[in-house]
Amino acid sequence: MLLRLSKCIREYKKATLLTLLFMVGEAIIETAIPYITATYLINRIQQKGDALSITKDILPVGLVMVGLALISLACGGLGGFTCARASSGFAKNLRHDLFEKIQSFSFINIDKFSSASLVTRMTTDVANVQMAYMMIIRTAVRSPLMLIFSVVMAAYLGGWLALTFAVVIPVLGIGLFIISKKAMPAFHRVFRKYDKLNESIEENVRGMRVVKGFAREDYEKEKFRRASDDICGDFTRAERIVAVDTPLANFCLYFNMVFILLMGSFMAIRHPESGVNIGNISALLTYGMAILMSLMMLAMIYVMITMSIESLRRIMEVLDEVPDMKNAENPVMEIADGSVDFENVSFKYTASAEAFSLSNVNLHIPSGATVGIIGGTGSSKSTLVQLIPRLYDVTEGSVKVGGVDVRNYDLTALRDSVAMVLQKNLLFSGTIKENLRWGNPQATDEDIVQACRLAQADEFIQSFPDGYDTHIEQGGTNVSGGQKQRLCIARALLKKPKILILDDSTSAVDTRTDALIRAGFTSYIPETTKIIIAQRIASVEHADMILVMEGGRVACVGTHEQLLATSPIYREVYEQQTSGKGESENGK
Amino acid sequence: MESKHMRKKNIPGSAEKDPQRPKRKLDMKILARVVRMLHGYYPVLLPVTVACIIFSAIVATLPAIFLEQVTRAIDYCLREGVTWDIARDMIVPKVMILIGFYILAIIALSLETQLEAVITQGFLNRMRKTMFEKMQDLPIRYFDTHKHGDIMSYYTNDIDTLRQLVGQSLPTLVRSGVIVVSVFFIMLWYSVWLTCVLLVGVVLMILLSGKLGGGSSKYFVRLQRSVGAEEGYVQEMMNGQKVVKVFNHEDACQADFDKLNQELYEDSYRAHAYANMLGPIIMNLGNIFYVIVVTVGCSFLLNGWFNLCIRSLFDPTATAVTVSVVVTFLSMTKQFTGNINQVSQQVNSIVMAMAGGERIFTLMDETPEEDEGYVTLVNARVAEDGSGRVTETDEHTGQWAWKHPHAADGSVTYTLLRGDVRLTDVDFAYTEGKPVLHDVSVYAEPGQKVAFVGATGAGKTTITNLINRFYDIADGKIRYDGININKIKKSDLRRSLGIVLQETNLFTGTVMDNIRYGKLDATDEECRAAARLAGADDFITRLPHGYATELTNNGANLSQGQRQLIAIARAAVADPPVMILDEATSSIDTRTEAIVQAGMDKLMEGRTVFVIAHRLSTVKNSDVIMVLDHGRIIERGNHEKLIAERGTYYQLYTGAFELE
Repeated sequence: MLLRLSKCIREYKKATLLTLLFMVGEAIIETAIPYITATYLINRIQQKGDALSITKDILPVGLVMVGLALISLACGGLGGFTCARASSGFAKNLRHDLFEKIQSFSFINIDKFSSASLVTRMTTDVANVQMAYMMIIRTAVRSPLMLIFSVVMAAYLGGWLALTFAVVIPVLGIGLFIISKKAMPAFHRVFRKYDKLNESIEENVRGMRVVKGFAREDYEKEKFRRASDDICGDFTRAERIVAVDTPLANFCLYFNMVFILLMGSFMAIRHPESGVNIGNISALLTYGMAILMSLMMLAMIYVMITMSIESLRRIMEVLDEVPDMKNAENPVMEIADGSVDFENVSFKYTASAEAFSLSNVNLHIPSGATVGIIGGTGSSKSTLVQLIPRLYDVTEGSVKVGGVDVRNYDLTALRDSVAMVLQKNLLFSGTIKENLRWGNPQATDEDIVQACRLAQADEFIQSFPDGYDTHIEQGGTNVSGGQKQRLCIARALLKKPKILILDDSTSAVDTRTDALIRAGFTSYIPETTKIIIAQRIASVEHADMILVMEGGRVACVGTHEQLLATSPIYREVYEQQTSGKGESENGK
Repeated sequence: MESKHMRKKNIPGSAEKDPQRPKRKLDMKILARVVRMLHGYYPVLLPVTVACIIFSAIVATLPAIFLEQVTRAIDYCLREGVTWDIARDMIVPKVMILIGFYILAIIALSLETQLEAVITQGFLNRMRKTMFEKMQDLPIRYFDTHKHGDIMSYYTNDIDTLRQLVGQSLPTLVRSGVIVVSVFFIMLWYSVWLTCVLLVGVVLMILLSGKLGGGSSKYFVRLQRSVGAEEGYVQEMMNGQKVVKVFNHEDACQADFDKLNQELYEDSYRAHAYANMLGPIIMNLGNIFYVIVVTVGCSFLLNGWFNLCIRSLFDPTATAVTVSVVVTFLSMTKQFTGNINQVSQQVNSIVMAMAGGERIFTLMDETPEEDEGYVTLVNARVAEDGSGRVTETDEHTGQWAWKHPHAADGSVTYTLLRGDVRLTDVDFAYTEGKPVLHDVSVYAEPGQKVAFVGATGAGKTTITNLINRFYDIADGKIRYDGININKIKKSDLRRSLGIVLQETNLFTGTVMDNIRYGKLDATDEECRAAARLAGADDFITRLPHGYATELTNNGANLSQGQRQLIAIARAAVADPPVMILDEATSSIDTRTEAIVQAGMDKLMEGRTVFVIAHRLSTVKNSDVIMVLDHGRIIERGNHEKLIAERGTYYQLYTGAFELE
């Protein structure tokens, strides 16, 4: 997992390594400074007394120290800089890889992840990993180094005075470890509850009309009060475990202080031959501080890493997902014509699914034909047409476009020739023109207007104050359902496809406009094969060929008249829609 | 639909956050309010905690004094060649006092950190509850004019900034502040000159960290913005991934994404670079001042220059800088700069907390939904002596009455709840100057079904919003059983009106809990009966745990049709005399649709119903059909009459218009 992840560092390897290097430099100097101060300044002052000379004894050492401080400043500053660069860059690459991976997903892969979970992975999870990465490269090397250097220097300067660290390090190390170990599951539990609480707030915000409609404000308040109190209790318990950290660390610090002051003065006065002097004592105190800080840092890193492991796992889940569809080797780039053949096609969405969604479909659609598809929900109308632009691969049999198996085409070439207006269609934030150019980035303004005329969208677009430059809100919420559908059709038309598939794409369009769109198709794009899935018989009755789907099979094929005579299902739907002006006639 | 429409377009000046304007100023008013609230919640614990912080902070500075005394003793002993036995008596008692202080400090520290945990979480808990309670009291207008994502971020991001403030920044400020002041006095105690040297350094440090911190928070604000921009893009693309595939748009999307990603990277690395550099810079400036202090200190020491210090006031002999003073000053230099560093680290989170706090307080200061209604709904008993006199009772009688107290003479009248709703000449505008409804009059007698038909934006939903007083009318009258609805207590008015909305909102909990939402004291059997009436019982019993099946995420595990059936059952269990129904337009599968339709029809039986109709069968069976256009009723009558008129309704009916 870490190996796969390290690939995301890429061009920021240098920054990462430099950070580590700078941090090592900073650690070395930081441990050197107290040593120099102790032996060359403080001890010398104490020993030489009045014989001290500022110019000979103090200034040279002072200059060295200023120099060292400047180097340390450079190391620390540059390290902070390269670290920010490395961690931000790492996060950038991670996001890039995630997005790229998702772009390579086939429909099967997309179905597997919910879009909300993908968003969280790309934002919150990456941010967590970025923070952990920053933490690690800044301190994961520096803290252990500081710890080791400080202990060594302390032992060197203080002799057996450094024994205090033999007490303090295990006490603090083990203490912090136990605290982190105990606190982490508690925090995990609380965070989960906290997420739930936020979900319930969101429910309330979204469903405020229901809450107020049933006058349930007090009920909701009470419910929230209980949940919030519960979380507060858990949170407090978890934080109180962590709160032991500070007194423990201070205990160690104080223990050091007392031990070093007491034993240090004893050594200095009773055993001057040990070389211990005031300087050593003050240096030992500084090293003691550094050692404690390093231990605290290490504990923090431990917590950070465990916290980000979950995020990491979720990111890897996406990165490790294998795109389910591959482009053919030596792909066919040209699509000869718009004919479609289904040969013994069976299909199921997952290998483990028991029943086939489509079974044994055989069909020939000549190029340029208009085909209508009718059938109830769950009869696999959408499934059938999604096989044509190879949104899914057949399980058995083959689908051919222009006489060639779709799996042998270059995917881009195939999908450029087969335009599909999905049932759940979307416009993106941007102007109408920008949205339409999805169909063809090179389309001229005339092309766009022409496609919109054909889709009966030109008229309402012109009625907007900004016309084709009208801004569409995310998800197309500022145009009506019928307008959105017509814009989606225009967008597909701009591709100048050989095959055009409309999956229930005029359901919100009134019958008159629907008829105008179909009439336009017949007169302006006669060579394009048009496949229309509809709920309304009126939308398909003039088609060259109508398929009636039922339970994943093509139950009947024929023209309107033929089907009226032969298909009881078709007849039933037709009668329902015409005689009673029944439910599905209107608005749907 | 109108409400959604309106949400996007018609309301200017909605409280959208303006990301262009980085708020960098420390708003003291907000800080003061937070502190006031803390004190209000914890009048005892807060001062205790602060006292503990101050005590342990002062103790943290004491070693300087003891260090000076011990080093002075060592220095003296070494110079004079005093033996350890004598030196011991000079040193050990001092260390013992120090140990005493330390023990007290550890106790104070333990108490303080425990209390901090309690106070921080308690404060957040109270804030959350206050916010939520406040939110529940806000009018629907608030929710229509604020993005749900923004409201949510009050509870997540903004409250998180306060956690940081109360849990970390404020204690650090107090602790470091006390340490700095205390060290400052100890320094003055030993040497005014050396203190001055250090002060110069500190001023330099503060200036520098202010500059760097300012740069840092500027980029953090920008970072916030580019995080938002990227998140928006990702959200949109993840939702539209299938469309992207169909249009071979992967590369274009990747390019757009990479552009945003690059911007995010730039802001992220600048913001963090500034923040990361602050620590080393301050620390090493500290090191440099350390050298300067040594040099200056030694110059004093050697030349025997006069040392101005507070100590000399008490000990006239202490007029020279000694080794021990220099050593002590060195350790104090570290402590001083270290704590200034601590404070500077908090600047960013304090700035962010002020922005977060401001947003939270804006929510808390919103005007709640007003309710001056005094007519209440009570259980009623109709006298059986034939007089028809209505009396109030505590029992459930199945009958309800409006209790109408008259302030003028102190009398109370009871009106039986029947479900007669009349709108007379109603005008309404969501924003002033943009009227949405003109002169709308609708009369619905008990048991009548009124259908609203018309294009998107014609005002259908608006009318229903007025009946249950989600919004208040500008002009005209709405009467319920002859009582002006402004006089009825809102919660009672809404209890007498059932609603089934187009967008179904379910709550986390079991199916049973969701149905019971309509009537909190309903028995399981009543809920089941309501589900049967709605036609939902069939599918619910087939769920893995039947009525005990847990619903999450707005019932994501159910189909849209099933969710609607539960919403219908929820309204049915409340059994109100008047219903407001908004039929769904979205396509659901034909069989479920038939069941939903049947459920709706059952629910409508015997009630006064206002229905925003999308199905002609509903419309045809209505007693009155109101055809709305641009906020006016342009046609009214029953199906046969309107067909005969050959007007707009006729055109809608024959499918020449979009009916949404």
